[in-house]
Amino acid sequence: MIIDHPLLGPRDSEEFVYLGSTDLIDRPTNWESSAAAEDFHQYQYIRENIAGDIQELWYHEQGDQSWLVVTRNTLTHEISNVELAEDFSRAKGRGK
Amino acid sequence: MSQINRIDGGLIDREKVLNFTFNGQILKGYEGDTLASALLANNKHLIGRSFKYHRPRGIVTAGSEEPNAIMEIGNGAYKEPNTRATVTQLYNGLEANSQNHRGPLSFDFMAITDFLSPLLGAGFYYKTFMWPKAFWEKFYEPAIRKSAGLGTLSTETDPDTYDKGFRHCDILIIGAGASGLSAALSAAESGAKIILADEDFLMGGRLNSETNEIDGLAGSEWAKKTVAKLSAMENVTLMSDTTVFGAYDHGIYGAIENRASEAREDNDKPRQVNWRIYTKRTILCAGATERLIAFGNNDRPGIMLASAVRAYLNRFSVVPGQRISVYTNNDDGWKTAKDLNAKGFRVVAVIDSRSISPVMRVPGAEICMGTDVIDTKGRRALKSIQLSNGKTIETDTLAVSGGWNPNLHFTCHHRGIPKWNEEIASFVPDSAPPVGMSVAGRAKGTMVLADAIIEGHNQGSSVALELGYKASESKPATTSVVAYNISAHWGVPSGKNRAWVDFQNDVTVKDIKLANQEGFKSVEHVKRYTTLGMATDQGKTANVLAIGIMAESMGQTMEDTGTTIFRPPYVPVAIGAFAGRRRGMEFYPTRYTPSHDWSAEQNAVFVEVGMWYRSQWFPLPGETHWRQSVDREVRQTRSSVGICDVTTLGKIDIKGEDVSEFLNKVYANAFAKVPVGKTRYGLMLREDGIAMDDGTTARLSENHFVMTTTTANAVSVYRHLQFCHQCLWPDLDVHMISVTEQYAQYAVAGPNSRKLLEKIVDPECDISNEAFPYMAAGEITVCGGVPARLFRISFSGELAYEIAVPTRYGDSLMRVLMEAGEEFSVIPYGTEALGVMRIEKGHAAGPELNGQTSAYDLGMGGMISGKKDFIGYTLGLREELQRDDRMQMVGFKPVNPNDLLLAGSHLLGLRDKATTENDQGWISSCIYSPILGHYIGIGFIKSGHSRKGENVRAVDLVRGNDVEVEICSPHFFDPEGERLRV
Repeated sequence: MIIDHPLLGPRDSEEFVYLGSTDLIDRPTNWESSAAAEDFHQYQYIRENIAGDIQELWYHEQGDQSWLVVTRNTLTHEISNVELAEDFSRAKGRGK
Repeated sequence: MSQINRIDGGLIDREKVLNFTFNGQILKGYEGDTLASALLANNKHLIGRSFKYHRPRGIVTAGSEEPNAIMEIGNGAYKEPNTRATVTQLYNGLEANSQNHRGPLSFDFMAITDFLSPLLGAGFYYKTFMWPKAFWEKFYEPAIRKSAGLGTLSTETDPDTYDKGFRHCDILIIGAGASGLSAALSAAESGAKIILADEDFLMGGRLNSETNEIDGLAGSEWAKKTVAKLSAMENVTLMSDTTVFGAYDHGIYGAIENRASEAREDNDKPRQVNWRIYTKRTILCAGATERLIAFGNNDRPGIMLASAVRAYLNRFSVVPGQRISVYTNNDDGWKTAKDLNAKGFRVVAVIDSRSISPVMRVPGAEICMGTDVIDTKGRRALKSIQLSNGKTIETDTLAVSGGWNPNLHFTCHHRGIPKWNEEIASFVPDSAPPVGMSVAGRAKGTMVLADAIIEGHNQGSSVALELGYKASESKPATTSVVAYNISAHWGVPSGKNRAWVDFQNDVTVKDIKLANQEGFKSVEHVKRYTTLGMATDQGKTANVLAIGIMAESMGQTMEDTGTTIFRPPYVPVAIGAFAGRRRGMEFYPTRYTPSHDWSAEQNAVFVEVGMWYRSQWFPLPGETHWRQSVDREVRQTRSSVGICDVTTLGKIDIKGEDVSEFLNKVYANAFAKVPVGKTRYGLMLREDGIAMDDGTTARLSENHFVMTTTTANAVSVYRHLQFCHQCLWPDLDVHMISVTEQYAQYAVAGPNSRKLLEKIVDPECDISNEAFPYMAAGEITVCGGVPARLFRISFSGELAYEIAVPTRYGDSLMRVLMEAGEEFSVIPYGTEALGVMRIEKGHAAGPELNGQTSAYDLGMGGMISGKKDFIGYTLGLREELQRDDRMQMVGFKPVNPNDLLLAGSHLLGLRDKATTENDQGWISSCIYSPILGHYIGIGFIKSGHSRKGENVRAVDLVRGNDVEVEICSPHFFDPEGERLRV
């Protein structure tokens, strides 16, 4: 596979390490609440099994060490979008 | 007599005579021959035995689809089994041996299986060898394995070299036949960057084997001229003898290039190169493969594909027999008769299954229309054929054409499904080819040469245009139009005679019908039940024929029957080619610490820790057992001072205004208020609450920290921290970089460690106990200005420091420390002594951080902060992870101090039987403590924390050890930590 790195251009997927769904970005912040156990359980273990476009995290370990959000079709492997996880995470409201 | 079947003409170089051997017999051939053509030139028809029934077999094809002519080439470690003679370029000294027979090839003792064939039908091994059950493993399977099978491995290390290569292009053209050459030419003229790959060592495809005229030249001449023209163009890379074997995602193709002739001259050069080709577009021009017709005893030596007979005749100038007949269901088969006539050979008979008028005149031949071959005679070579009209014809070679299958494999590598085309009676490419792939020529089902050339030309130019290059202005080459008519014809009713479909795996029409009768209706099931198409040729000549027979037998259409899924590789690829040069020590990088050479000078025994080489111990003269060295290293460190290379620990430099906050989120214990100049032990958890890694992190200045990780997790912890920063808390002002390789680091441990260090630390740096107490950290200089980082931390439990200097000073620092330590009898110690001392201190390490243990299990529950959110906090609180009857880490010592204790032992009650049900835990780390004078261990046992003082048994059934042990604290030595603080 080829991942079109937003800063470095097209790179072979061999240079990357795969992590999983971008659900992992949505880490709950309610650690003090009584719902925390359930929310963290959902966050850690529960995933959709999508036949189609999914967003997933790839790490450019043999490159610039940026985490990327790759939109990949699980049926065709077509990659339709690649962005920096940092930007994606900020856009989802994460900061400090 | 030498080469009795050789005739004039052809594309071989008669000036270059090559000697080779077949089963020990010395034979001659010419440059340009394949092993198969040279064997046929020498009238060798019987070249092997079949897989299951050990039937005598001969050469069937002239290409990579060959099912029969697979041989062992070379000898000793160089021997390569299952090599297709039809694609092996002949060379001087080639040694070929036939395979799969016991005794001589002409009299194979295992041929008895052929007479037992009624017992050996499809799935016979599922049915016949069921009883008694125990016989399967001990008797049936070994016996079957021995009698079946193909070539044998040398079992020696492959002495050849393989390599990998990477190429990039705009357009990859697969196949250099008429359409491929046309596509390459028009695409190249547009300026696009082209790779043209062909599996043959001579480009031209079927043009080299046929007698077409193109642009007024012989087809092979036109091909040669076109190849010459292409090779002169800068934007074209020609890759002959290179077989594309797989289409992967995003325009990546795997191709294997054969460079055997170069490698034979120089063994350091690769025998094969595994290319990864990155391309924007692909034009598949892989041509087509002819198929057989299933009739009784259709597998005798001398029965060949009609196209193969033409290839041997026209390209290799070999006439395979003296009395040749043709059996066909299409017009193309007649070309064989025509070409034989043109070379002056009489054709005995032309048999066409279609009831039409003869396609052409064949002088002197008996023409039988609407007729089939139903049986053949001749065990080791074809003698005669029997026809459905009752006639018997004496013939020594039968050229068979059952029609052509487009080589559409790559269009299906991404799960595309071919569709049936009645007009050419074959499957053609349809939906979902790999993105960027188009198909031209016979691979697409365009069977007429003139059309295939135009199609190739047009696609070459239109694909280049789509990529933004200018369209080619040249015109496609011209040739006369010869129609191709076919009427599908799969099998001939053959009574009791077996009709072969898959020669390589010995699958017959009966096997397929039997599978259908037994309920295997899906083509995928039939494939697996009968093993059809599962041999090294992947059923290139067999599959479509089998589908036709299935469709007929089940009374359904070809479309409903469908094809099996095509997967890479298109041809067998040696495992060595995938490994390339990454073998032995090159399997992965070797990492040496800066003082490696010094350690080697001390005769250190090294151990691989991941990619690193670490000193395990340093034997002195006279020490004959590793324990002598290790015990001495421990005693000397504990009594005076020892030095250990800890460079391999992961080191991460972290800077920024928010580092404290960041560390507080990733470590389970409190990190928000580490003072400048201090180091703190930190435990990292996974988000699920399980311990991930531990280490120390020092605050060198307000916004500058340096973290250490374990050697094993250096990479994964850094990756995890980057994840935490970039994905979870992107706005924290944190910048980090791995500096594992930038610093050499040494542990200086023992009561004299400070005295030693004071000799090399520059005088302005005060490292006294008051100025630099336990857990202090700071940047200092040593040896007159060399920058260093000093940490007062201890893994050994002694007064100890770790000192880090830039890597380039590592070797000298080690030497300086050893010299300065001479007065204290300083010794270097290795990972074994390090391990002994950490177990004496009860520190958890790799065997304890095994991915199953929580902080509570490790006895570190008290460290966990309840006042902050951190990775692993919430899920670590889950009841299941905090239960008191979990496996908890404790120490173990033998009740009898002389007893041996072994890591890996299971823990049992004193009177319990050693069964899984009674298992209470295990010893994870275990050593002999030279300080305590007996074995000690740490490990996990149910409710361990509350069972101290209780006796249990440590049982190792594998090594036969069963000793009584006392559960105790894991802190065996100086539990109060007084020695650290002096």
